[in-house]
Amino acid sequence: MSLKLEDNEVDIVVAALRPNLNTFLEEWRSFFSNFHLIIVKDPNLEEDLQIPPGFDHQVYTKSDMDRVLNGASINFSGHSCRYFGYLISRKKYIISIDDDCLPARDNSGVIVDAVAQHISNLQTPATPFFFNTLYDPYRQGADFVRGYPFSLRDGVECLLSCGLWLNIADYDAPTQIVKPHERNTRYVDAVMTVPLRAMMPLSGINIGFNREVLGPALVPGLRLDGEGKRRWETIEDIWSGMCAKVICDHLGCGVKSGLPYVWRGVGSDADNAMDSLKKEWEGVKLMEEVVPFFQSVKFPKTAVTAADCVIEISRMARENLASLNPVYAQAADTMEAWVDLWKVAGS
Amino acid sequence: MAKESSSKLVPGTPLLKDELDIVIPTIRNLDFLEMWRPFFQPYHLIIVQDGDPSRTIKVPEGFDYELYNRNDINRILGPKAACISFKDSACRCFGYMVSKKKYIYTIDDDCFVAKDPSGKEINALEQHIKNLLTPSTPHFFNTLYDPYRDGADFVRGYPFSLREGAPTAVSHGLWLNIPDYDAPTQLVKPLERNQRYVDAVLTIPKGTLFPMCGMNLAFDRELIGPAMYFGLMGDGQPIGRYDDMWAGWCTKVICDHLRLGVKTGLPYIWHSKASNPFVNLKKEYNGIFWQEEVIPFFQSAVLSKDCTTIQKCYIELSKQVREKLGKIDPYFNKLADAMVTWIEAWDELNPPKEAAGVPNGTVKGK
Repeated sequence: MSLKLEDNEVDIVVAALRPNLNTFLEEWRSFFSNFHLIIVKDPNLEEDLQIPPGFDHQVYTKSDMDRVLNGASINFSGHSCRYFGYLISRKKYIISIDDDCLPARDNSGVIVDAVAQHISNLQTPATPFFFNTLYDPYRQGADFVRGYPFSLRDGVECLLSCGLWLNIADYDAPTQIVKPHERNTRYVDAVMTVPLRAMMPLSGINIGFNREVLGPALVPGLRLDGEGKRRWETIEDIWSGMCAKVICDHLGCGVKSGLPYVWRGVGSDADNAMDSLKKEWEGVKLMEEVVPFFQSVKFPKTAVTAADCVIEISRMARENLASLNPVYAQAADTMEAWVDLWKVAGS
Repeated sequence: MAKESSSKLVPGTPLLKDELDIVIPTIRNLDFLEMWRPFFQPYHLIIVQDGDPSRTIKVPEGFDYELYNRNDINRILGPKAACISFKDSACRCFGYMVSKKKYIYTIDDDCFVAKDPSGKEINALEQHIKNLLTPSTPHFFNTLYDPYRDGADFVRGYPFSLREGAPTAVSHGLWLNIPDYDAPTQLVKPLERNQRYVDAVLTIPKGTLFPMCGMNLAFDRELIGPAMYFGLMGDGQPIGRYDDMWAGWCTKVICDHLRLGVKTGLPYIWHSKASNPFVNLKKEYNGIFWQEEVIPFFQSAVLSKDCTTIQKCYIELSKQVREKLGKIDPYFNKLADAMVTWIEAWDELNPPKEAAGVPNGTVKGK
């Protein structure tokens, strides 16, 4: 597909949790090479990063984070380091893919340009108010079906594009333990809008979003006490995804899910989920409180930007969740600090 | 959860063959059944013959069926027959009412067996049965779609307390080849064919409405049957091609209220016949305008806590239709009346099991 935008409207943010980015970047080269890369090094990673030549890129490390944070208490370690990249970017769109994911192949064996697909998702409208049974009506060969109200066919702006993964799916630790050999081999050829008020778990492994409008909503708020480097030892993306979804619903914008797929597996720890269970069990329990909380979030009419909404969520979290678990109070603090930081360093 | 697992042990065993009826409305012929024979023959068919009752519709040999024409409908329902449409496939809902089975599959007579991307013929009925026998997940969206499918599961972040899901009341299948577009879209894109096989079943989230197409549809009659009234369409009515839409909006509101699930996606059938877009435009004309008000009505419809049965939900909805939609057009007052008549007729033909008397006689084809 042809990109209707300038390449300088997109930053690709890579969270480097491992030093060797050679394979990752070489495999993605043909899709990444037109864009600027923001490579954010996990502050806990000591070794130097290995980056192949020929990429327009900038590396950010702990010292950059300390400088920008200027004392603010936001923890950018592990998978959360990517949020620093979101913050300091100046582009309209961000695409972020985990460093253990490679391009996937579709059902005809063609390599998928995940970057182009995310951009296409973000540049075509979303349809959150009424479900189209043929999925994305703006795709070639599809349309709105009989019975779809005409007044809703313009759609609304899509602010978040949630991609999927073949091979090692993004399961939690208990599911990994029960099904250690399961691989996701089903390529579902669809993009769809997640309807208004429907909640979903955002996987940070493969996303694109409109930084201009939604930026502050992708917030490294909820950290598990024992948060680790494996995806199933984290919950930061789930929390920020919930924030993003309720904010999109409030702003009258859309969230899409489905294509593109990436192929996940290089360097992933598909086994050893048992150790992770201790860490992510906490996360699994927290979801029981987090989900009803987000389902009840209501914003005042005065909240007109993503930043306003984040402040509201932080206030409500402090009121309704903090007494249940100290991580929520921490999340509320982080979210407030994040919005302040965004005002200074993010705009 | 799964009510029948015997099919998994013996490949090719028809599932639910004594618990499912196939309802087919027709005004033309039933030639299409030949292609479906390997998949449909074990099941009982209920044919609802629309149009001229003096025509004989030939049912291919070897099928077990009952056939109802307009005379039968009038005889069985008496004055209540007025709620069943004439000269419109909406008449199919009469078949739902007279069925004695737990599950219904309904299919149009221009729908044929499709092939999946590997070239294998799709047993649509089997997929619908799988959809109905596994839970739905209306309360939280699973990004890997149906978590109960082989090779899939709930993703990280999906609350465990919601992983039992909700009972599935409706399975809404899709169509390859001629897509189910409205007349304006058909006129603008007469050559478009749906060639994209999307290998997913998913639950439509609670609180979200959708355009339900009656071409390839299955449902649990015990869980939602009375809500599947296909409205007043066709002869003498100001609207057509909104029968399934109407049933879909009512059904979804009621499913959401009763905490039941609605799935959409697989199976695909092959839709062979493109109806005339000019004829369609005349039928849909009012609907295109009315739906702009009807859909917000359904989106904001709230049923009271006393509505604990489908019938109570439906009667309550009919009151709201009269109150809020009657002002759009007198048609909606008629429709609200017909909704009540439908429930009365349903309850007459389907008395509660404790009070079961003589079962209604079945009508074999002439």
